[in-house]
Amino acid sequence: MTAIIEADHLTIRFGSFTAVRDVSFAVGRGEIFGFLGPNGSGKTTIIKALCGLLPPSEGTGRILGMDIRKDAAEIRRHVGYMSQKFGLYEDLTVAENIAFYAGVYGLDSRRARERTREVQELTGIESYMNRRAGQLSGGWKQRLALACAIIHSPEVLFLDEPTAGIDPVARRALWDLLFQLSGRGVTFFVTTHYMDEAERCGRVGYIYLSKLIAIGSVSDLQRLPEASPPGTSRVQITTANSSALLDSVRKMQGVHEATIFGREIHALVDTGSMPALQAQLPSSSVTVIEPSLEDVFVTLTYRIMEESR
Amino acid sequence: MKHLFYGLLPVCRKEFLHVTRDRGTLVFALALPMLQLFLFGFAIDTNVRQIPTVVLDESRTQESRRLIERFAASDVFKVRVYATSQDELYGAVRAGKAQVGIRIPYDYARQLSTGSTASVLVLVDGSDSSVAGQAVSTSNGVALTESLRRVIPNGTLPIEVRPSVLYNPATRAANFFVPGLIAILLQVMTILLIALSLVREREHGTLEQLTMTPVAPLGLMVGKMIPYGVLAFGELCAILIVMRVVFLVPIHGNVLLLLFMSLPFLLTVLALGLVISTKARTQAEAFQLAMGTILPSVFLSGYIFLIQNMPLFFQGISYLIPATYYIRIVRGIILRGAGLGDLWLNGVILTAMGCAMIFLAARQFMKQGAR
Repeated sequence: MTAIIEADHLTIRFGSFTAVRDVSFAVGRGEIFGFLGPNGSGKTTIIKALCGLLPPSEGTGRILGMDIRKDAAEIRRHVGYMSQKFGLYEDLTVAENIAFYAGVYGLDSRRARERTREVQELTGIESYMNRRAGQLSGGWKQRLALACAIIHSPEVLFLDEPTAGIDPVARRALWDLLFQLSGRGVTFFVTTHYMDEAERCGRVGYIYLSKLIAIGSVSDLQRLPEASPPGTSRVQITTANSSALLDSVRKMQGVHEATIFGREIHALVDTGSMPALQAQLPSSSVTVIEPSLEDVFVTLTYRIMEESR
Repeated sequence: MKHLFYGLLPVCRKEFLHVTRDRGTLVFALALPMLQLFLFGFAIDTNVRQIPTVVLDESRTQESRRLIERFAASDVFKVRVYATSQDELYGAVRAGKAQVGIRIPYDYARQLSTGSTASVLVLVDGSDSSVAGQAVSTSNGVALTESLRRVIPNGTLPIEVRPSVLYNPATRAANFFVPGLIAILLQVMTILLIALSLVREREHGTLEQLTMTPVAPLGLMVGKMIPYGVLAFGELCAILIVMRVVFLVPIHGNVLLLLFMSLPFLLTVLALGLVISTKARTQAEAFQLAMGTILPSVFLSGYIFLIQNMPLFFQGISYLIPATYYIRIVRGIILRGAGLGDLWLNGVILTAMGCAMIFLAARQFMKQGAR
């Protein structure tokens, strides 16, 4: 695998505050890499560093083999960026927005026409070309933002919480577009705090308190020993009234953590105490399950919080 | 070179689109300076005339009435009230009914006839310094001529001053104030337009998007300066026409030179707007900062007060204010018919200031762009 995006012991400090601490990872061509973490954990900072906007305090990174410290200007010609703010000019029409970004990326008029037609087809925005961007719905704004971000056919696309505040139908439509593009070899770096979105990604990294805590495919992460320590099991307790039961489950012997998941309770329990648990909950069924991505990240986050205490 | 200004053309084109799209802002930006020009152009008159005056004539003689007439004839004083007591005299000045009080003592005529010095009290309200100064010097003048007339009856005075006011013979206030006003109005309009435009992009997140594109900071900044510069230049032409046609201020110098020498000033205020926009996070903040530049430009630029009369420290500050140099250019060309040879240094200083500020803004922008 040749790495398209590479972070190499990346550390970024703002004064005494360390926003990113010794982060390393590599993303291969056509991969959709999901980057998860709470707000303020350093996701956007990493994107900015990788686009060459922020010189790292230590370590370095490479995009398409170009060093982020030296080739920042060249890197920006080859990457696209889309944020939750969309970066659209609301008083300009869809066509004018696209034309502006085509100009900004230095496309000549023939190439601009060609690419405009291509992104129109991809995003299906033809019928809105003469409408002001401000009058579009959230979902269409997002498609326009994507059209602008890929107008220069970037090989790498950074998406910073692209679906924040967008309805589920539009979210799914956007992901369909991303898969289509990744099929053509575009490499994606997507930050999000939606777990279901992270589960769509080929590989996921989890950043917490400026540190990259876990990285791997979804199934790798589910099998992480830290998430399911030896001697413990992830169980689902199916019961009639899970919210009433939650507190008493949390207090039971051998239960490490418990939370409501839909209509069930998900809990991390000592494997040995499972029979006792079932005995105490006669009207419920206790079954072993695979941990969800959310379970994994919550467990990891608790561990870090306890360690740093 | 191409890399330094990368993205200039698309940014410039887009900015023109914004300007034409947002009619409200456009009209506001162009009409407001015009409105202010009319307001201030008509309102400001520094020639002190017809100061309301209260008179307490205790003498009640032919001589005292003659002195009062002399005061009234000067056009500086206008006798409004006659007081009957000292208290009333002071009261009228304190209440603001009159700004000057004249008291002619009961022995005025007797002192004159016996050849000793008759003293007349002139109270001056010092709360307006230009009125006070004018009142004091004019009353001295009145007393002096009146004394001389008594000493040399029917004779001709040995010396007479015939002042000839060059360039503004009628000492019309509009001639002096309107040209300077151009600098202030252009400055406010230009700084506001460009600073708000950049801060708006910051607020809407489009600036963040632009930093991720190959657009160079100078490309972005100069690309924004051009449309607003064109707009301000158009406004300048309109203001000059109104100045000439409505306020009848003659332009003694070359209009083309004036337009040409306005470019360095526009460059500087546009750059100042950019510097402000790098400091302001919100449009409200940018607005306040832009407004903050007005007072120094009005009071420390020589527009109203002479720079030579300021304390040394403020003289130093006045040389840092762009309007100082532009007011010299405008007044020089419009009022004195000055040429490029007289004014070129002002243009060079403005250009240098402007370039320095553009680079300052671009550097500041690069530092923050990442955040």
